[in-house]
Amino acid sequence: MNNRFKTSFLAAPYALWVLICTILPLLYILGYALTSSTGSFTLANLTAIADPVHLKSLWLSIKVAFLTTVICLVIAYPVALILHNLKITNKGFIVFMFILPMWMNFMLRILAWQIILSNNGILNSILSAVGLPTLHILYTKSAVTLGMVYDFLPYMILPIYNALSKINDQVIEAAADLGANWLTTFTKITIPLSKDGIISGIIMVFVPALSSFVVSNLLGGGKVLLIGNVIEQEFTLARNWNLGSGLSIILMIFVILSMSIMNKVDDSENGGMLV
Amino acid sequence: MEFIQFDHVSKSYDKQLVLDELDLYIKENTFVTLLGPSGCGKTTTLRLLGGFEKPDSGKIYLNGNDITALPANLRPINTVFQKYALFPHMTIEENIAFGLNIQKKSKEYIQDKIKYALKLVNLDGFEKRSIDSLSGGQQQRIAIARAIVNEPKVLLLDEPLGALDLKLRQNMQYELMKIKQELGITFLYVTHDQEEALTMSDTIVVMNQGYIQQIGTPEDIYNEPENAFVADFIGESNIIEGIMIKDELVSFLGVQVPCVDKGFGTMKPVDVVIRPEDVELGAPGKGFMDGVITDCLFKGVHYELDVQCGGYEWLVHTTKYFEIGQHVSLNVIPFNIQIMNKPESEDEEVMKEDE
Repeated sequence: MNNRFKTSFLAAPYALWVLICTILPLLYILGYALTSSTGSFTLANLTAIADPVHLKSLWLSIKVAFLTTVICLVIAYPVALILHNLKITNKGFIVFMFILPMWMNFMLRILAWQIILSNNGILNSILSAVGLPTLHILYTKSAVTLGMVYDFLPYMILPIYNALSKINDQVIEAAADLGANWLTTFTKITIPLSKDGIISGIIMVFVPALSSFVVSNLLGGGKVLLIGNVIEQEFTLARNWNLGSGLSIILMIFVILSMSIMNKVDDSENGGMLV
Repeated sequence: MEFIQFDHVSKSYDKQLVLDELDLYIKENTFVTLLGPSGCGKTTTLRLLGGFEKPDSGKIYLNGNDITALPANLRPINTVFQKYALFPHMTIEENIAFGLNIQKKSKEYIQDKIKYALKLVNLDGFEKRSIDSLSGGQQQRIAIARAIVNEPKVLLLDEPLGALDLKLRQNMQYELMKIKQELGITFLYVTHDQEEALTMSDTIVVMNQGYIQQIGTPEDIYNEPENAFVADFIGESNIIEGIMIKDELVSFLGVQVPCVDKGFGTMKPVDVVIRPEDVELGAPGKGFMDGVITDCLFKGVHYELDVQCGGYEWLVHTTKYFEIGQHVSLNVIPFNIQIMNKPESEDEEVMKEDE
């Protein structure tokens, strides 16, 4: 009893933190979402998602987030695999190189892309120098997706790399011993055993990509309107906090939904095999 | 040509020579154990045969075919790994069927094989269980089942009982011998446990520092170790420096004792090996030298005594109890005195096998 009291006592600062910084703001948002500007109860802020403009933004957000996740996965898995298979002692340093950009300010990195992709930017200078037609991709959906892939890639690489590191080398050898070639070993052993990493990677990329608005602000130049941008504008420009909160709640529901779907995939495939 | 043949095989890791020009022959349908301390090259030898490592130089032959360059998945050899290495995301059935599915065997064939293999390792009815629900001993049996269903020509076992407790280890030793009998294939077993090696093997290969020290039956290895390393590694021994005065007469610790060994020359420095159970204690003056008991420990089957005698602390096993401080005489019959050549230099501590 005494022990239990001590443990809960030690958890108190964290509980307080969660209460002040997570639960209270969430309740505020919920309060705003369910009231009109005059303070009366309404569901209009939630149903506002059905507005074609909002629906279009939400659909675009889902498309961009999905595409970002797929591209990240396609790039990250081979990278993580190569990293894992590197026969060098200083593997930690290579992994560190991948994490390093995460320590630099996120806005700066995106601004750098703005300069690289702009019409007179580095990319087009290089293209015209070698005689290729220049590209106008800044302020398009492609630029936004590119920025997001660049930004979120480490979040996909690291969990997959981690999951691969946890696979016992002898298990891979055992597969070869039993006659499996490289491809069979990869599909039947390596991928299933790194599934947890793949799923965390997908969640860690898809969720922030779905709610992102800074990348689309800087690389979309106001032309690519994601649901995050709509919400931001409701709060900052339109000063309609009620509508902003309502749309936030809807977005949150989508985030929770996508996470629970991923967790379900995780559980059902584990089916009591991995506890 | 023998069934398995290592021909001048060398292997090094990070410039550290692990195997140096190893020659090894293994007959078909034998239980061969590679025995030695960690780092002696025994596991490397096994991994070379399994195809998990490539030799730096030399050739490996199986059944007359050069398999040196053949990848692991194409060799008719299966392995039981030290840490089981079962596939954690598959059921027991799926684990055992893995190799057979790759060979595209029919469903009925696979089902029959799984049944047969589980029966052989005493785990019938475990098909649908998960790996996590098994104890270490059971996991090791599944690893054996998973390997043998593929009907390999050679089964490699890399310290498979290392993680099990003593009682289970002894039971598994008998089961492995039984499985070996039933399958009639070649077993290559790696261990550092001399008791395991002596119990199960037809042939023991004692290795140290990348060289083969001695090859022989368990009886040969135990009773007639060829050098001090083997004598010391296999069981406990008194190894005493001595001089071979002439054939059948050796001098050590200041006394001359008759023995049965010949052909060492005259006045040649040698090592004298005497097993602790071969030393007979008697009343003072009745043996070739006298000493004092300095320690007496009860070990179950026997007492383990330390006897200070002639400036050497003898290890003696007896079934009789002796008081500490008691004066005794030591005697050893000539047949139980084993004479070995001294290594010429420190480096020769590991003698190269030239067979």
